[in-house]
Amino acid sequence: MSKRSDMTETKNWSGQTLVTADHMLFEAPRTKHFMTGSEVLKEAVKRCTVDASVSYPITPQSEAAHLIGELWAEGYVGVYFRGENEFGVMSEVAGCAMAGARTITTTSGPGTLRAMENFAQWSGTRIPCQLILMARGINSPLTIQPDNLEVSYMLETGCQIWYAENVQELFDMSIAAFVVAEKPDVHVPIITVVDGFFVSHTRESVMLPEDDIALFPYDPYKAPLPPIDSETPPGRFLRDPFVMKSNYISYAAHASWQWEIRSAVERSVPYAKHYLKGLVHVTGDADAEIAFIACGTASYQAKEANRELSKLGIKSKVIKLRTIRPFPEAELLEALKGVKTAFVPEFNVVGWLEKDVKRALYGKCDTEIVGGPRVAGGMSMPAEAILREVMEKLNSGKGA
Amino acid sequence: MGTHIYKINPEFRDIMPKEIIDLEENATWSDTTDKRGIKELPETKELLEEHSLCAGCPEAAALRYVLAALPKPEDTVIVNSTGCTSLMFPHIALHTVHSLFGNQNAVATGIKRVLDWRFPDIEKDVVVLAGDGATVDIGLDYTLQSFFRQENITTICFDNEVYANTGGQESGATPKGQVFKMAPTGKKFEKVKMWELAVTSGCHYSMNMTASAPKAVAKAVREAIFVARYLGPTFLNIYTPCILEIGLNANEGLREMKEQDKERFAAFKFVSPEAEELLAKLKEEGRL
Repeated sequence: MSKRSDMTETKNWSGQTLVTADHMLFEAPRTKHFMTGSEVLKEAVKRCTVDASVSYPITPQSEAAHLIGELWAEGYVGVYFRGENEFGVMSEVAGCAMAGARTITTTSGPGTLRAMENFAQWSGTRIPCQLILMARGINSPLTIQPDNLEVSYMLETGCQIWYAENVQELFDMSIAAFVVAEKPDVHVPIITVVDGFFVSHTRESVMLPEDDIALFPYDPYKAPLPPIDSETPPGRFLRDPFVMKSNYISYAAHASWQWEIRSAVERSVPYAKHYLKGLVHVTGDADAEIAFIACGTASYQAKEANRELSKLGIKSKVIKLRTIRPFPEAELLEALKGVKTAFVPEFNVVGWLEKDVKRALYGKCDTEIVGGPRVAGGMSMPAEAILREVMEKLNSGKGA
Repeated sequence: MGTHIYKINPEFRDIMPKEIIDLEENATWSDTTDKRGIKELPETKELLEEHSLCAGCPEAAALRYVLAALPKPEDTVIVNSTGCTSLMFPHIALHTVHSLFGNQNAVATGIKRVLDWRFPDIEKDVVVLAGDGATVDIGLDYTLQSFFRQENITTICFDNEVYANTGGQESGATPKGQVFKMAPTGKKFEKVKMWELAVTSGCHYSMNMTASAPKAVAKAVREAIFVARYLGPTFLNIYTPCILEIGLNANEGLREMKEQDKERFAAFKFVSPEAEELLAKLKEEGRL
């Protein structure tokens, strides 16, 4: 096991050379590898000078959690253990982060819902931990298959939510996520989502920098709240403002704190833009009147549909949302200029992304938003399903 | 007495509240030559600044004893939970955490493990202090799991045998037959003997007691923290009756605790052989 005190000004405790996020993400030479999302997450964590990780088994994130454990055994991660269940794990993560650790964990579907109370607590205590959410369906009936309904439950937790499309994005995003979450003027937790199995278990080509470099460590003394480590003089404070008294000041404190959390998420925008090279990525025909607004694997399938539509002489574009919280409203509005109809393909039955898009655009844009197609419970979303949605709209009443 | 931990910047001294200045001038912190303890309570600045509990609440008295007994308060983090205890924590001059209802031992686990990782050469104590609802009911899993995992944490349960802060509902620690809200015809099952569960779950030191004797509480706290620091989990179950919910006056809490010293809270003390050895050694060194 490593010792944190082995760290020097230029090397972390495992001997990796410390570099900036800009160097790691944009400048360091990369070589090609072929790996799954779970394997690439190990590579990302390996390069992030991570202090702590807590794990718990649930399909499909278990392998990623095992691999972080291997990093601990290899001396790259400082603290690692299996918690008792996801509620416990997320509380243990909170404790680790409050005590000043760069902390990461992973979960999926039922685990997310079991742990739910913690996510609002995370943002309320302004800890910059990272959750890798490998989305899967929610019971009942029992399913272990990809479905991102669980993300809808996370939308108003006060956490940042980013959504990676593929293995490469998971690698880059999960590194950038620590950096953005830890900015002193942001300092709220971040949830990096991928679609379970489609990304966690799919082997893809991925470009990685060498593993002899790693991010500078987290400095908890730059946080907006002091870490719970008894290193600052003991004073009378709680980590979260304690407002259980029944008076106006306590109500106002609670309300303003909640606003502040949401403001902090918005303050992440310039940083996210820099490290993600934009909150949305637009591909396809710039002058198209048809667009697809999607995130994650659905945007990959939308790109397939875009190629098929091109063969039919129909122009379209894909607007991939890379951040869900903050919601990239300005960028989406810009991308929708000239678009008459936008489809929102999703891997869930409720259409949470469609609702979010409509809420953001209401009264600001003339584009008609069509929710669909939607698949769930593990069903795949072939490009044909998306094409059918488009054709039914274009040839209304005449069938696809 | 160690009074040189808390130093106020002279530039700000004139705007500091009196209780902060008092902390600098007259509060005690760890000192190897003169142990902190109950005897200093009348003379020194306490780490608890007033509190918002009911007049005569035994829980408030017990917290004063606990704080006076901490061997190294300036390196102690207290994790608490929702309930009456949580009302006192904003008034404590230590790093404290209120997170959720019931997750106190999980949060404490994360904190303790990271403090050991970040500060391998400094002894930092993590103490959980929560009520019986938090410890025995909603947080039982997390409490026991931290014992199973052998976390170096001291867990103190202020057992008032009822959900007091929410208005007097039956808890797992309520004695059988007691009528409380949500048990309108009396509780149907026995009081959970958490101190026994602590032993079978791996605690090296477990006690059941009341807060009637301040010195006894202080001794138990000090011993439990040392054992947790060097060996593994420790547990104290301390009766702090809710005088409001059992119909007593503000001056009757002490009598109630004394009566229960012979009843449900008759002294139970388990010390593992390793802990016995450790405590004997610490005594020899003058640290106990």
